[in-house]
Amino acid sequence: MIYALAITVFMVGLYAVCCKKNIIKIIQGVIIMEYALNFFIILLGYRKGGIAPIINKITDMHTFAAQSVDPLPQAIVFISILIGLGLLALMVALAIRLYERYGTFDITEMKKLKG
Amino acid sequence: MISITIEIFLIFMLIGALIAVEITDLLYSVISIGAIGFFSSIGFLLLGAPDIAIIQMVVETLSLIILVRATIRKDIHTISGDREFFGLLSTVAILFFFFLYIFKATQTYPVFGNPVMSRISDSASNIYLAKGLKQTGSPDIVSAIVFNYRFLDVLGANAVIFAAFLGALAILRQKAKKKQ
Repeated sequence: MIYALAITVFMVGLYAVCCKKNIIKIIQGVIIMEYALNFFIILLGYRKGGIAPIINKITDMHTFAAQSVDPLPQAIVFISILIGLGLLALMVALAIRLYERYGTFDITEMKKLKG
Repeated sequence: MISITIEIFLIFMLIGALIAVEITDLLYSVISIGAIGFFSSIGFLLLGAPDIAIIQMVVETLSLIILVRATIRKDIHTISGDREFFGLLSTVAILFFFFLYIFKATQTYPVFGNPVMSRISDSASNIYLAKGLKQTGSPDIVSAIVFNYRFLDVLGANAVIFAAFLGALAILRQKAKKKQ
């Protein structure tokens, strides 16, 4: 159930990418897909009653290793979020240039792109 | 209990996503994107990932600024025109089958609350958790993985980010080189 909800959010993003004509909406669809996927990867690493993988002074190492959530997906998502920001900057720069050239965000109006 | 809370946050994210996709005003939809990021950040906090929650908050604020920069001060006229009904129907049908396929695939994944590392005792995650403090000196295991164990991966990812920002700058540069 909880996985299905995350996949549904992903599907909404994919629908925006496939069906929308406005280029800003397409970029937003990509962002929604990215958020949903990051959330899904973090969901996979959760342990029931788990604590954050940070050690403090009073933590016992054995109980910590048995109770902590999986740190590896978190490390992957850490990088994935940053790459998403770079991707977004690139997409928005392209969208701004296209707007200056064609005067619209509508992708069906950009006919010069056809070969 | 935690799964119900996470489900509520996911439903909020779904509502935000639907509003962002379907609303006609671009500025409102950009703000809805910010709302989705905010809810996912709280979800990360509940799932035991405070580092990710902080970085999600920062990145989401930055991406909101970039998107507002793209949409503001443009005369935003809503794009109208009748959609092709058959095209929309076929797209939705394909997306539905894609959803069923992924949902079937997630049945083979570990159930929520019981990750893979609890089944395999000598997995990488367990070794990092048990020996991370001694080997790297960092009490935060995620930082230990990102900046010590897997630093070469992070270096490659940084190259990607750097290339993306350089590309954005090159596209946005106003003046070309002076002609000789």
